[in-house]
This record gives sequence, structure tokens and C-alpha cells, in this order.
Amino acid sequence: MDLKDKLVSSFLAFENSVDVHHPVHDIRSEAIRNFELKGFPTKKEEAWKYTSLNSLQKIDFSIFPKEENELEYRDVKKYFLHEIDTYKIVFIDGIYSSYLSETTHDGVDICLMSAALTKPMYKPVLDVYFNKVASRDESLTTLNTAFSREGAYIYIPKHKAPKKPVEILHFSTGNEASLLLQPRNLIVVEENAELQVIERHQSLTANEVLTNSVTEIFAAESAIVDYYKVQNNIESASLIDNTYISQKDKSVVKVHTFSFGGKLTRNNLNFYQNGEHVDSTMKGVTILGAKQHVDHHTLVHHRQPNCESHQDYKGIYGENSTGVFNGKIVVDKIAQKTDAFQQNNNILISDKATINSKPQLEIFADDVKCSHGCTIGQLDEEALFYLQTRGIPKREASALLMYAFANNVLESVRIPELKKRINKLIANKLGVRLGFEL
Amino acid sequence: MLKINNLHARVEEKEILKGINLEVNAGEVHAIMGPNGSGKSTLASVIAGKEEFEVTRGKILFEGEDLDDTAPEERAHKGIFLSFQYPVEIPGVSVTNFIKTAINESRKARGMEDMPANQMLKKIREKSEMLDIDRKFLSRSLNEGFSGGEKKRNEIFQLAMLEPKLAILDETDSGLDIDALRIVANGVNKLRNKDNAVVVITHYQRLLEYIVPDFVHVLHDGKIVKSGGKELALELEEKGYDWVKQETVA
Repeated sequence: MDLKDKLVSSFLAFENSVDVHHPVHDIRSEAIRNFELKGFPTKKEEAWKYTSLNSLQKIDFSIFPKEENELEYRDVKKYFLHEIDTYKIVFIDGIYSSYLSETTHDGVDICLMSAALTKPMYKPVLDVYFNKVASRDESLTTLNTAFSREGAYIYIPKHKAPKKPVEILHFSTGNEASLLLQPRNLIVVEENAELQVIERHQSLTANEVLTNSVTEIFAAESAIVDYYKVQNNIESASLIDNTYISQKDKSVVKVHTFSFGGKLTRNNLNFYQNGEHVDSTMKGVTILGAKQHVDHHTLVHHRQPNCESHQDYKGIYGENSTGVFNGKIVVDKIAQKTDAFQQNNNILISDKATINSKPQLEIFADDVKCSHGCTIGQLDEEALFYLQTRGIPKREASALLMYAFANNVLESVRIPELKKRINKLIANKLGVRLGFEL
Repeated sequence: MLKINNLHARVEEKEILKGINLEVNAGEVHAIMGPNGSGKSTLASVIAGKEEFEVTRGKILFEGEDLDDTAPEERAHKGIFLSFQYPVEIPGVSVTNFIKTAINESRKARGMEDMPANQMLKKIREKSEMLDIDRKFLSRSLNEGFSGGEKKRNEIFQLAMLEPKLAILDETDSGLDIDALRIVANGVNKLRNKDNAVVVITHYQRLLEYIVPDFVHVLHDGKIVKSGGKELALELEEKGYDWVKQETVA
């Protein structure tokens, strides 16, 4: 049985474990029908031209984890941003770990999707927001929607800001030979409220893991959201991240994606500007080696006038790695005075590495500023020579230059400890002996 | 210290240096002057070991050792320093961290331990004071957003920190106003001693009023066509490079 059939037939079993009378279940039922119709995307589709899911579909994934697994904090501490205090929503093999988590209901709700789906007090929020910005026909999103049961649920009321950032961590223990995880996150940040989130997926053994995640983020008027995705998984783990963001007037949402690990990573990052004076920022640092593959698909849909969007993705590709950047900007006719900026710079450090970079602009308004640029190059020889004349060996000099190249993207990271962490990850990944403490 | 014999070098198929002979001893300051395109910067880059240039004939000896096949960083470890006309910007790496890295790489190459932090700090303080460099400047990203003058001053700061035996200053005066020029020149003068040597590469005589050379060489079409004392620089300023070009033809 192929993976699609297995998933479709598992839906019946899944229905035994959820409340089928909840309105959300109608959404799930519709989603599984859509997924059954469409199936997994193939390379024939333009959006999947450079990323193949064929080999992943051949793996016999467990769709429901069989048992609850436990982890000791000291064994996984390094994956947390432990230098500072944070709220934590932690899952082990898809199941919530209350032991490792720190949630709250003190003025804000930082808790679980499973709780939000079962407790009546959350129903009004779910009615308004659940699956309202996520695609209803994109096949992987519908697959996630069909099986949506667990994930992070964050609700920040008007004028509130949690005291500390929220970490969402997904561990997989490898107790299943191969595991499919489908976390579903809903994040609502009301008027003038603020939120910072750090999300990470971490596999702890070499067993295959595929995560198909959907996150919906709603930023109301003047809300500020910073979302950091740390993708530094081991090479048997694959991730399909589908993030959908809806922004109202004057809201500011920034998503940073740090892609250093994993076997196959696909980031579908979608911004919908549903108000005026909205600011959307997408930044990415990608550093790959071995046979790793990362595909960044961004969409900014400018639906209202006077909005801005900024995209800055930098990639360094070594060995046999492959990268894709596809940045789509749509400017509706009504969206005059849009200011959309997109940049994608890449360095190839191996003859066998490839990057496909494609800007895609669909502009229907006439008074807009849209700029995009893309470069693919090698390291600057003059810069290398400069460092060498100061006694820095070529290998270290190359690493230092790549570090500087990638580092540029980190300026907008607003959590200093996280910035330092990412700095270090970049340095490690590039094998740079900086000769100083970061 | 530095001995160049009949040096020929080319980039791709174009021959740029066509038989350079030059000897620089410890304690000396040499100026290499010449019109644009005469090969001045190429000579500086070839001494520092830039791979883009191919030495087709001749030799560069540094302290008696042939530099052929010696990587730029190894030349730096031996004590050759090249100050760039256009220093490179490195975002995310501060001036301090960069110089620490450079110093410790050189020490490592010589089989020494990293310089202890307190010693490093003391040295940084000493040299930055000497060059009138602000503390804030040291924590900025290397050359990023620096003015022309700041970049050059930073080059001389690195020179002061690395204490090479041979310093080659490539067009250090370009883009500097007179105050910046004076600070840079004073810095170089303070670093001069009987054990090191300086080669100043410049188009104009201006810098040589501050860094007074013992010898002046005029480069034209890849060859040294005239050598003399410091008065040669003044003569050049007066008569222009056409004078040398004509003399060569005659």
C-alpha cells in the first residue's frame, strides 16, 4: 500500500480518537477528501519542480505513535534556548510532554491544540480562526488539516505580551522505525499584542522522520510577531513546513528561517496582507552540505494599499546539496503604494552543489515599488587574499567570509541569546575557527 | 631582507612585470612611484603572494628564502604585510576579533600558544592610542561602513598589531585628507625601527613628505627605470612622469 492509501484508510481509525461532533471535524473530513483527490504533489507541478517527495513516499511511516516516550531534560537541554527563561510547548513523537513543557494561562494562553479542540471555552476562537488562512486545496496542508489534533495553541489578547518567548519543540526518539508527524499550530495575536516564538524539530536517532507541519498565525491591528524557525535536524529527518500568516493593519510579522540540517526540507511560507500599513519580513540563512535539500517557497500576497514586504534569503551550498528559492509576490490592483523587496544571494562552494532561484512577480497595481535581486556566485577572491595577507589560512579565510555573508541576515533577530546561538551554529556549520568567543 | 631578481609576472596572458630588480634592507624606507598602469600594485600583490599573478621568471627572496610556492598566509607568517588600497568589508566580525584571529593564526603557524587575553588587550589599547583610534571603533564590524580614512587607519592599526618585518603600503594615501594622511604617516613613522622595512607605493609625492624615503624608484611599463634618493620624488613632482618616460625612450 502506498503512503497516500495508507493515510486515507487511516482516517477512519483516526476518527475513533477525536470528537467527530466538533465543528473542526467537518473541516477535517473535507480536507481528507481533498487530499484523496489530489494526492502528494509531483515534480510535474510547477511548485514542486525541484523537490521530489517520491523517495519519502516509499517509506512505511507509522502514522500514529504507539506509545508515549519520555526524555530526560538533561539529555535534550542543548536543544532549548536554555540561556534564558522561556515558555515551552514540547512534544515527544507527536505526544505532548507535560514534564518538559511550561505552559501558561496567566493573561495569555500558551498551551495545546488538543486542549483547545476539546474545551468549550476555546471554541469561539477556533470558530473564527481555525483553518481560515491555511490553504484548503494545497495537498500537504489538507493532509495536515485532516489529521489535525495536536500542536501549539497560542492566544495573546489585546495589549498583552507574554513575559518571555515561547519555544515549540518537537522531539522524535526513533522508537518507531519511521514516523510521520503532523503538528498543527494556531497562533492568534490580538490588537497591539506581541509574541516571540522559536520553533525547532529535533530527531534524536537515525530513524526516518517526516514532519508535515501547518502553522496558522493571525496578527491583528498593530500586533508584533517574531517567529524563528531553527532547522538543524539530523540527516534522516525531513520537514515540510506550511506556514500561513494573515496580517491586519499596521501589524509587523517577521519570520526567520535558519536551515542548516535535515534530509529534505520544504518551507512553504505564505503571507497575506489583509490590512493597510502592514510590514511582512522573511529572512533566511541556509547552509547545506552532504546530499541535503532545502526548498524555500515564499508567497507575499499584497491585498491592501500602503504595505511593505522584505525578503532576504542567503544560502551557502556545499558538497552535493541542492537548494531552491522561489519567491512569489502578488500585488492586487487595489494594493497601490506597495513596497516589496526581495533578495536571494547564494554561494556555491562545491562543483556538485546546485541552487535554483526564481523570483515570481505578479503585479496588477500601477503605483508600486517592487525590486528583486538574485545572485549565485563563489567567494570573492580579493577578499580571500585580503584575509590571507593578514595570516589567516585560506580555509579559515573562506569560512570567515561565508560567516560574514550569512551573518548579515541576523541583524533583525531580536532575542540576543538566540542570535548568539545562531552565530555559533553558523560558525560550526562552516567549520570556522574564529579564534574568539562569539 | 627583501631581494627581487629579474622578476617577471603576468596575469592571464598579459605580462605586467618585465624584469624588476629591487633590494630592501632592514631599517630602510623605499618608495615606489609611477604612473597608473606601470605595475606598482601588481608588484605589491606579487610580493604578498596573490595567486592570480603568475611569476614567469626571476625570484623573490625574503631573508634569503625563495618565496616561490609560498601561500599569502605563509608570507604573512614570515613577516610580510600588505596594506590594501581597498580593504575588504567583513560584516559580523569586529575589528578586535579580526585582529585577535590574525595574531593567533600567525602565532599558531610559529608553534606558539594563543596570546593571553590580558596581553592582547594591553597591546590593542597601546596601539589604538598611538593611532588615535576610538574604543568604539574597535567593536565595529571590520571596514563595514568605514570612511576612506577610517579604512586606512584600520590598516595601519593592523600593521601596528601584527608588527611585520616588511610592510608594503599600497596607495595608502589615496582618498585621505591631509589630517588623516598625517595620522596614518605618523603611525607608520612610530613603527619604524632598525629591524623592519617599509615599501611605500604611491602615485604622488604627497605622502613622502611625511614618510621620508631613503630610496625612490620609478616604475614604468613593468620595469624600474630610475632610482635615487628622496630628491627624486620632488623632481618627479615637478617634471611629471612624462619626463621619465621620455628619458627611457632616449
